[in-house]
Parts: sequence; structure tokens; C-alpha cells
Amino acid sequence: MGAIAFPMPDAGVLARREAIIAGLSQLVAPNALITGEDERRPYETDALSAYRRMPLAVVLPSTTQEVAAVLRYCRQEGVPVVPRGSGTSLSGGAIPQEDAVVVGVSKMSRILSIDYANRVARVEAGVTNLAVTGAVSAEGFFYAPDPSSQLACSIGGNIGMNSGGPHCLKYGVTTNNVLGVTLVTLEGEIVEIGGSHLDSAGYDLLGLIIGSEGQLGIVTEASVRILRAAEGARPVMFGFPTSEQAGAAVAAIIGAGIIPVAMEFMDKQAIDICEAFAKAGYPMDCGALLIIEVEGSDEEMDAGLARIVAIAREHGVTTVKESRSAMEAAAIWKGRKSAFGATGRVADYICMDGTIPTGQLPHVLRRMDEIVKSYGLRVANVFHAGDGNLHPLVLYNCNDPVEAQKAEDAGMDILKLCVEVGGCLTGEHGVGIEKRDLMNVQFNPEDLAQQMRVRAVFDPAWLLNPAKVFPLEGRVVA
Amino acid sequence: MIVHTPTTEAQACAVVKSVVDSATPLALCGGGTRAGLGRPVQAASTLSSAGLTGITLYEPAEMVIAARAGTPLALVQETLAAHGQILPFEPMDHRALYGSEGEPTIGAVAACNISGPRRINAGAARDSLIGVRLVNGRGEMIKSGGRVMKNVTGLDLVKLMSGSHGTLGFLTEVTFRVLPRPERIVTLQWRGLSSDEGVALLSKALGSPFEPMAAAHLPAGLAGEAALTLLRLENFADPIAYRAGELAALLGAYGVPDRLEGAGPDALWRDIRDAAFFADTGEAVWRLSLAPTNGPKATAAIARALPAARSFHDWGGGLVWLAVPADGDAGAAAIRAALRPLGGHATLVRAPDAVRAAADVFQPLSGPLMRLTAGIKTSFDPAGIFEPGRMYAGI
Repeated sequence: MGAIAFPMPDAGVLARREAIIAGLSQLVAPNALITGEDERRPYETDALSAYRRMPLAVVLPSTTQEVAAVLRYCRQEGVPVVPRGSGTSLSGGAIPQEDAVVVGVSKMSRILSIDYANRVARVEAGVTNLAVTGAVSAEGFFYAPDPSSQLACSIGGNIGMNSGGPHCLKYGVTTNNVLGVTLVTLEGEIVEIGGSHLDSAGYDLLGLIIGSEGQLGIVTEASVRILRAAEGARPVMFGFPTSEQAGAAVAAIIGAGIIPVAMEFMDKQAIDICEAFAKAGYPMDCGALLIIEVEGSDEEMDAGLARIVAIAREHGVTTVKESRSAMEAAAIWKGRKSAFGATGRVADYICMDGTIPTGQLPHVLRRMDEIVKSYGLRVANVFHAGDGNLHPLVLYNCNDPVEAQKAEDAGMDILKLCVEVGGCLTGEHGVGIEKRDLMNVQFNPEDLAQQMRVRAVFDPAWLLNPAKVFPLEGRVVA
Repeated sequence: MIVHTPTTEAQACAVVKSVVDSATPLALCGGGTRAGLGRPVQAASTLSSAGLTGITLYEPAEMVIAARAGTPLALVQETLAAHGQILPFEPMDHRALYGSEGEPTIGAVAACNISGPRRINAGAARDSLIGVRLVNGRGEMIKSGGRVMKNVTGLDLVKLMSGSHGTLGFLTEVTFRVLPRPERIVTLQWRGLSSDEGVALLSKALGSPFEPMAAAHLPAGLAGEAALTLLRLENFADPIAYRAGELAALLGAYGVPDRLEGAGPDALWRDIRDAAFFADTGEAVWRLSLAPTNGPKATAAIARALPAARSFHDWGGGLVWLAVPADGDAGAAAIRAALRPLGGHATLVRAPDAVRAAADVFQPLSGPLMRLTAGIKTSFDPAGIFEPGRMYAGI
């Protein structure tokens, strides 16, 4: 691979590396500045590991004020800045470039306050997603957005990417669950947006910052909504002979007025891979599997599931397996949540992330299969069926450069298909570098220029995560 | 006053292009029912969405509806109801408060981020708004978002448009996520609690697993002699019966609640949604958003400074509707002073034009936030033609 272009590093910045490092060393504690080649190496990529660039230096501040000082300095010196949470981005959002300073928030990982009466927690940006839930679970609360990487990924990164997960069908994505942030601008100003109340004053800058992929500033703290967990939750597996029948069942369930807390879809290829790894008891004789989770008291779940099962039967379901214990429930989710890892054991893969109108599901599944086969490759599909967020895993051999390029090309064709049927390039992973050059497929030049003019309000010199999201040519400043 | 009523997006672009060179201010108009919102605007002509009507996409099984901006809200709601669906955020109707006539439009709901009691659980209009098409201040058609609920492609200009009150662009089409209409609605009602007790009850209920969809407290004298503390449950019939019982037990210390269903509680929630208790009174009306447990603290502090103030709480305590005498600054200084130590923000929703022209209608922003706001305004509307000064001076 390697088809995605990076900008030429600024020779002037590279030449001043020693002076820039000396300047940074005046701003942060010695152990917060990483300059040695071996120590920088973990920061040269993220979870899109086919692409790597060694950063100029890495800074890991401990306070908002340190972040402000570093950004102010980098702006003065004209040095690009790449913000980084835990480095789990699948779209290359945190991959640096040679002339950039990585500013990571991993040392800012405190839970600052928890307010159960107002259902809000104040956390630093480096806190992991799961740690927020961990901090409030003893009181029966949780933080709703649940990306598969939630054990490792940071709240700051979640805000950058507007992350989601299986339970977002009911609870929404990050932008629906954050009430306020502390944002450090490139000028080094510390800006408070929102707070512990609903609907911040003025323009919805919170909505703009969330999902902006580190291009408007660095978020150092956030006030997140915490919700009281349901009395119980029960995932149930439904095996269908074909993907079409499973897809039709999803539409019928929603059409009947039922919004389960999650509806996950796996095709035959994914079932085989995940079952071999997780031993979740998935039905092996099915063409497609749905994991549908309901919540509430036992009686509520029984009643809700009865409705869902009846609909599934109308659509030819052949296996219905309810979890009857916490262990069985965990096994069902383990299979789904380990899909990416399990797939990695059988082949290298590219995980795509497009979203489609769910009515287009049968057509898109068929076309995706044709596309991938036309490149001589295979695809496994796991995705969030309720909201149409696809995650086709295109399987290939990374030691074969020709095959690797084919896999990347097939992935791009799939994303174009998503746009063609009325969907979009990314549901939850972000654009990063991965889909940057496809932005022209979804947006026309006026759309992109308007976005870039807004971006330029925060960063006129294009120093913040500069090679991401927008095609490298045609940058708009004002 | 010239009123432009384009029937196509291309015509709307042409109208904007025709005024942009001369930087002639343009008022934007939907159904005209919310013209009292924000600061008064002086404009040479009006750009109306009245000619841009019709539902352009409705896929019940995908829970998504798109309509041109001038489509009456009522038509959208009727269309959804025919398929057993609703707009999740229960938009407020401002006609009671303003005494205005006409039809609220779906575009204005999006542009002004209009939500009601369900906002506490189901999110605001901005949370359900997933796509927009708009004409920017250069006369260009811009789209953002789309028709799928999960979409993180590029900057989320959809959110920026929501709540920008027409100052960034002229919406031509909006797309919302919708939800199934609940099978049954039950209201639990406690009588005679103080505001502190009422909000404490609501907080406890909202922190329970029983999912109240709305939570309000009305002090004595507003909707009858006794104070009312209200929780609304919505779901299939069986879960509601169970949850109502569990909530009554959990909140037993506050007394035994009445269980209400039907037209009576529906009308009461509609009055809460529309702040209808303050219709026709001539008072200035404010809307405060703050942390729920700070709601009673704010109203107590404001009552000390403005003894004639009347108020009630929605959103579990976090939305305070406040009516004060409409003279002077309509209480602006006292209200904002009360809010300062508590956080949150206050909007002057109803007052005479002269008061709204002189006072800060929207919460004043910090210096850095104001600079970003001004920059964003310029990025959409460099000539400053849309709704000049509607939100802040120059914005």
C-alpha cells in the first residue's frame, strides 16, 4: 500500500528541529517531551498501520495550560501539530508527518468530578472510554457511546472522531452525549464551550468541534452525560438463511415501533471467523446472524423479545438463541466485539466504515461481494444493522503488494457505492487520511470550500492535523 | 417591504446573489410564528421559504424524513403519525407566547433548534437533525450531513445551522431522524411539593432505570392551586405499568402520585412545552438552561431581586421558564447575575422590540467564543446580509 499522499515536509521546520525541541523543553516537564528515535517510534502510526511517518517530536502534556503553551509555541514557529488520543484511529487520524509535533493527551487521564444528581461527569481527555463507565458503574450509571476499542480509546479521541458503537442505535453517538468541552485553540487560548447544562449558548460550537478530527483545536477536558443503566440487558442471536431475510427483519422490527438497544449483523464469512475465535455458540448453518439486544426488567425483556421473535419468524429465522446468564450474554458480545481481532488471525484485512440507508442493504451486500470478488479477494461483513453503518473487512495478504493495493482499491469502491446509494463515507471512524481523497465523491467544491472556510476560522495557517479530512489540493483559507 | 418567495433552490441562490454585492440586509422567514425570537432585525427585504414546501423523502423503516424548509410542521407530524412515528424532540409551538398566527415550518424548527419536554431524554432538535441543504451568503447551495443517522464525514455544519436563527444561511431542505410513537403514555403527578423537593424528585427519577421521557415541576398557582410535579412515561403498555409502579415505590417519600392518561395530561404537557401559562400576560419571558439541581437555586436568587417573577421548571429542573415585568431591561441584569455563579445561559424569549434591541437577548459570550462566532458568521455570510444582529451585534 502507500497510495495515499502525504504533503512534503517543510524543510525549514526540519532544519530547525533542534531549536524547536529546545523551545518545547522550556514549556513542559522533561519526561513530557519525547525526541529519541526509538521513543518516537510508537507514535509514527495509529491503527491504520499501513501508513507511518516519524514525527519531529512528541509532547505529552499534563495540564490544559501546558497544551496551550505548546500550541502557542508551535503556531509562532509555524510547526504543524497532530493531536493524539490513544492512537486507535482506524482512518489514520493520528498519523503524524515528519515536520509535525504530536501532542498526546494520554497523561491527562483523571476523572475530575461525578455529579449523579445532574447526570454528568467531568473528565480529562486522556481518560479511556471504558474508564468513564468504570468510574460510575457502582452507582448503576454508564457512558453510552461504546466503540469496539473502548478499552483503549480516549474520550478526547472519541470527541475528535464523534465515535459510536453498537448501542448508539438507542443512545446516540458522541455528539449526543457531550455537554461541554475545554478547547485549546491554536492561538493557545483556553475556551470553555457548553457546561453541565443542555444546549450551549450561541452557535452550536460543541457540535462543530465534535467530529472535527483535531483540526479546530485540542480538547483537554469534557463534561459527558452519564445515564442510569437499565435493570437488565439481554442479547439474543437470530440466525437467518440469507442476508436478505435478516435485512428485511431489521426493517420490519423498526417498522413495528421497536428500537432495540443494539442490532448487529454478521454475514457467513464473519460468523465462521468469529465463532472459531470466540466459541460464542453462533449457529454455523446460517447465511446471516443478527445480535439484537433488549433492555429493561425481566418481564419487559420477555415482552419485547416476544414481539421481535414473532417478526423474525415471519422472515424465516431458523435459529433463536437467548442468553440466559451473564456469561452467555458476554460470549455473544465477545464474538461480535472481537470480530476485528479474530479476522486478523485468519488474514490481513482493511476495515471499511461506510453508512447506507438500511433499505439499500440487500443491494449493497450483493454489490460489495461483486466488487471484492472482481479484485480476486474475499470480504467479511460485521455491522450495525439498525443504523446502516457497515464494516466490511476486505481480506488480503499484506506481504503481497499487488494484493494490498487491490484491497485498498476495493475498499474505496465500496465507499463510493455507499455514497451512490445515498449514504456517506464514514459512520464512526472519521475521514482521517484514509478517505480524504474521496471527499470529492460525497461533496461538491462549494460544500468542501464552506467546510474549509469554517476550519480556517480556527486555523488559518492549516497547522492543526493538516493533511487530514480535506484533499491536499484546493485548500481554502478565507 | 419586498418579499422574495423562491420556489426552487436555484431561485433562492439568485435572490441572495442579487443582494450580496450591495450588502443589502435580508430577513429570513418561514411561517412567521417565531419572529419575536432574538433581537429585532432591520432588513430591506425578506426571503421566505413559503414557496419551498413538500416532503421529499420519507422512509419509515429507516426512521428518516426530509422536507423542504417551508413545509408546515403540522404536515410533517401528520405524515409521521400516519405511520406511527413522531419527531423525537417534541417541538415547542411559539404561537401561544407571541400571539402570532400562521403555520410553524419544519425549517424554522431546525434553524432555531426548537425542542420541548422530551428533550431531556430524546435529545434536542439538533440531535435529530441529520442533514441540511442551505444557501450561504455567497448565493451558493451547500449541503451537509445526509439521510443516515451515523455520519462523521467532514465538519458537522448541520449542528452549526441548528440554532443559528438564520444568521448563517437560508435553509432549503432539512432531514430529521424520527422515532416510533409510543403505544401508551402515562403521567405520574405529585401535588404540593416545594420546588426544591420537586426537582429532587425529578433528579431521582431521571437517575433511575425507568426512563422518564419528560420531567417538570410547576409551582402553586400556575396550573391550579397546588404545585404539581410531573413525570411522563412512554412505551409499550406493559413496561409502562411496571415502570409507573416502580417509580411510585422509589419516590414513596414524596407521597402517592396520581396516574393520569388522556386529554387532560396531554394538554398540561402542551402548556408546559409552549410556556402557555405566560400567554397574554404582557410579561417578559425568559428561558434559562442550567444544571437541573441549580434550577431552584436560580429561581430563588431571581425572586429575591425580582419579587414579581413567576417561573416553572422543565427538563428535570434544568430548563427554567421565567416571566418578569417587561419594563426596564426586563430583568436582564438580575437574571444574568443570578446565573453567574451557577453556570448555564439565559435567553430573553419575549419582550417589546425596544427592550430586545437594547438588552442581550442571547447569553453574552466570552471574548474567545465571540471571536470564533464572528469568524464563523463571516465564513458563511461575508457580506453580513442574513438576519443582521438577530443573535448578537454583528451576528
